[in-house]
Amino acid sequence: MESAKYVSQKVSKARWRPVSSSFLQQPEIFATGSWDNEENKISIWSVGNYENSGLEDGFEGDPQLICENKHDGDVLGLQFLDQERIVTASSTGAVTIFRHHHNSQTISVSQQWVKAHHYPCDNAPCTAVVCSSPEIITVGEDGRIIVLRADQDCMAQVIENADSSTIHAVTYLRTTEILTVNSIGQIKLWDLRQQSNSASQILSLSGDRVPLYCIDRHPNQQHIVATGGQDGMLCMWDVRQGSMPSSLMEAHSAEMWEVHFHPTNPDHLFTCSEDGSLLHWETSSHSDMPSFLQGNRNSSVTSRSAMALAGGNQSLISAWLNGDSSKSRLETTHMLPSQTLSVNSLDVLGQCLVCGTDGEAIFINKQVPV
Amino acid sequence: MQNISGIRPGKRMGFAWGPGDILVYETQNKASGRRSCAFIHVVRKDEDIYSPILRKLFNESHHIFVGLQTIKDDLPSKSKKPQFVSISRNYRSVIRACMEELQQAAVSANDTDMATQYGNQVSILLAIELIWNLCEVLFIDAAPAGSLLLHLLDWVRLHKSDVDEKAKGVLQSDSPAEHRDYWDVVCVLSYVLQGRLEDTRKMLMKQAMLQPAAKSMYKLMDSLLSKMPFYNPGGTQTLTEFDVKWRNWHEEVDRYLKDNSFASNQHLEVICKILLGDEDVLLEHKELLSTWYYFLITRLLYCHPTVKPTELHYYAQSSMMMFLDSGVPEPLDSILLAAFEFDIHQVIKDCSIALNNWWFVAHLTDLLDHCKLLQSHNLHFGSNLREFLLLEYASGLFTHHSLWQCAVDYFDHCPEFGRVYLELQIERVPLDTERKALKVLRICEERQMSEQVRSICKIMAMRAVRNNRLGSALSWSIRAKDAAFATLISERFLQDYCAKGTFSDLDLIDNLGSTMLLSDRLTFLGKYREFHKLYGEKCFSDAAKLLLSLMTAKIAPQSFWMTLLTDALPLLEQKEVIFSAEQTYELMYCLEELTSSLITAASGSVIIYCRFHEDVEVTKVEMLRLALARNLASAIVKEGTMQT
Repeated sequence: MESAKYVSQKVSKARWRPVSSSFLQQPEIFATGSWDNEENKISIWSVGNYENSGLEDGFEGDPQLICENKHDGDVLGLQFLDQERIVTASSTGAVTIFRHHHNSQTISVSQQWVKAHHYPCDNAPCTAVVCSSPEIITVGEDGRIIVLRADQDCMAQVIENADSSTIHAVTYLRTTEILTVNSIGQIKLWDLRQQSNSASQILSLSGDRVPLYCIDRHPNQQHIVATGGQDGMLCMWDVRQGSMPSSLMEAHSAEMWEVHFHPTNPDHLFTCSEDGSLLHWETSSHSDMPSFLQGNRNSSVTSRSAMALAGGNQSLISAWLNGDSSKSRLETTHMLPSQTLSVNSLDVLGQCLVCGTDGEAIFINKQVPV
Repeated sequence: MQNISGIRPGKRMGFAWGPGDILVYETQNKASGRRSCAFIHVVRKDEDIYSPILRKLFNESHHIFVGLQTIKDDLPSKSKKPQFVSISRNYRSVIRACMEELQQAAVSANDTDMATQYGNQVSILLAIELIWNLCEVLFIDAAPAGSLLLHLLDWVRLHKSDVDEKAKGVLQSDSPAEHRDYWDVVCVLSYVLQGRLEDTRKMLMKQAMLQPAAKSMYKLMDSLLSKMPFYNPGGTQTLTEFDVKWRNWHEEVDRYLKDNSFASNQHLEVICKILLGDEDVLLEHKELLSTWYYFLITRLLYCHPTVKPTELHYYAQSSMMMFLDSGVPEPLDSILLAAFEFDIHQVIKDCSIALNNWWFVAHLTDLLDHCKLLQSHNLHFGSNLREFLLLEYASGLFTHHSLWQCAVDYFDHCPEFGRVYLELQIERVPLDTERKALKVLRICEERQMSEQVRSICKIMAMRAVRNNRLGSALSWSIRAKDAAFATLISERFLQDYCAKGTFSDLDLIDNLGSTMLLSDRLTFLGKYREFHKLYGEKCFSDAAKLLLSLMTAKIAPQSFWMTLLTDALPLLEQKEVIFSAEQTYELMYCLEELTSSLITAASGSVIIYCRFHEDVEVTKVEMLRLALARNLASAIVKEGTMQT
């Protein structure tokens, strides 16, 4: 069960602060961004009282607000650059780096590119941001892709008119390749080394061109990509093969805003949607193998060794690409207790899940079954 | 009344009503001709929705409201009562949580103005919770005689919590029995007045130990207190049996009083008189009772514990008159009195007047309506009371830049006018980003408000076209299934092509897919691009067929035919014969049709894509005629030749 914390602002983005993997800690700090307020804010919260370990499963003390700062425009994208810095994408077209000062527990603006995204005579919202320190990549409604470097004021690379429609989301495929999704239902692959103005590859669904709003790459198998769009369908794509999705699954009854593979257990996937639900997808590869023989639940180990053994063996394709078929089992569970207003954002790390809704509530679950 | 800061005192003001605000401005003084202030002020009537702590109240109660509406109607009301009671408790716990937060904020506020404001909000919430709790006891839980008093006692005890704090102070002192608050705490405050006789006995024990001489008196009092009967709703005793038992006990206490058993101890005598329900003695302790309604409950407890709901109003009125010297009741007093009189409509009416915000009356009325307690009391303009209040509340919410999303659900559950209100309001939500427009669109689409969908998509598409984002514009017109706009966009593309010679946004045109079918012009655009691709790949015969079909199937607008025929030229000039004789005849026909229509078209009623001068055009036509003739000749020869 999850507890709701009402925060008096509609939450557009929520992200856990990354934890150093060597300690195997559960994440404690998360950041949220608000939208549709007269004065929007970026806030940092803390969860986790380890003294209260006797409480029932899942329920923890309320998240406590550590600090917050004013944010110009809606927060449309938020990502932790490192332990101290957060990058945000704003509806005014600005990209900002905030610094969280641990000593004084305050946030301040560290760097800003004010009109990164713009039209000839107007502001254009910056719709998404993704980073891999020190590189930051942003996309916006103006169809631009911008590559920035933290601590450098000039823009490292700008791909003008990369898209004739709005680019809604971006993710890294490899260190120099990115994938973007747009309003006409296309995934475009960009190779940043080539400095060209056109995409290396375009994938799209034939038939209705439904706008896509989110994209995420499988943490280990880099050719597998999941997207979600306006019709609430979850699509799995194999980037190497063909330009069509390998499987389509009906997920939600309204727009899907975010899709995330679990970073360490990629057999688990999470999606959230405008219809107010948050789904936890679990697939199992090798469904004919009894579960007690599968041993270690860490499926990333299984799939890597399987790939090594199999070579090109078709039957050991990742279960995600098979979707909901006889070859693999797919289970879906609702994670929120009851229907709420739109769930705009979610993030999952370790066993902890955080999500923010338009009902001005944050839900935290610290015992996600992964 | 308030001064509007910013408008100089003594100046004339003009104003205009908004949905929840008023626009106020200084008017110009014609006589003196002096310039007036150029500012416009926005005066907000309802500050509460802008308070961050109170916002939580609105969001949480929205969640409870939606849950309430989904309770199925097929079960009879009786079995749903526990559900309604628990929903009522949910609402109240939300109010309490808000109150606690405001209390903390008031304590920690640096600014005295803010602290007073928070303090005011806390007292309003306290009153609201008091009223709601009473309504829950009397209307929703609707306990019968016997249990009614027990519930009312709980109500008093919940809201008069200072008693426990004082008791704690007394008990923690070294010698509790000699503490100056001791008799107050024991004798009158809470314990006896609230009927908490167990606690009274424990406290009296402490006093008894100090006065061994009066031991028997204390023992007597203790036994009297322990014997007081309390009605047990779940037990086997009927109300009449309880009444008899209570009367016996009452007579016993009376006998001991008349016997002067407690004459030597003034405090114990007072306790005894209270146990008998002596109103004069009760009224002597007004400050401890603090309000007339607590006086009422105490009076009922010790005079008439089997009070029936229908008898309440009589006791309530008399208690109020006895307790209040000045005779002028506060708004809260009259609301509570109306509740005791079971006049639900009066309660709602008074609350609507007293509070500045429709939140409380809207939610309470909705809950009471679900309990089927409101008569269908049709108001003059047709909708019932519940709907009226919900509409008012939701309209107020809609003016808020953020809470408008909650308001949508309220409109959904107003069957008569909700939809109309929503249709009018939703078009006025400002659309700054695509994401917001998408959310608004989803709301409209789910409710089949096709007019609003079309108008929102058109606004977004126009904005996109203005910013030269043709792909976005196309995706908006696809969403609205707006063929006319798709045609507009295609014409923009074609104009761009004629101007630059190449297509812009190839990623869009190349991948149109089935959206091509939305509009004829769009289909043409897609096919034309396909022609270029085929030509680039040197599939000349396919390209030729496509080009011809574009004209003969009338997919291409006639104004574009010149360009198409010019595109045919290189195909005609190839060494290999690409166009067959039949096809050449058709091409010639098209050319004739085009030239004759150009001659007859006097003014530029047909959109002419390419600006061309007369002589250029004449040359082109000449070249075409020549090429067509040559091709025809070669084709006839080729087709007539027998293959040997």
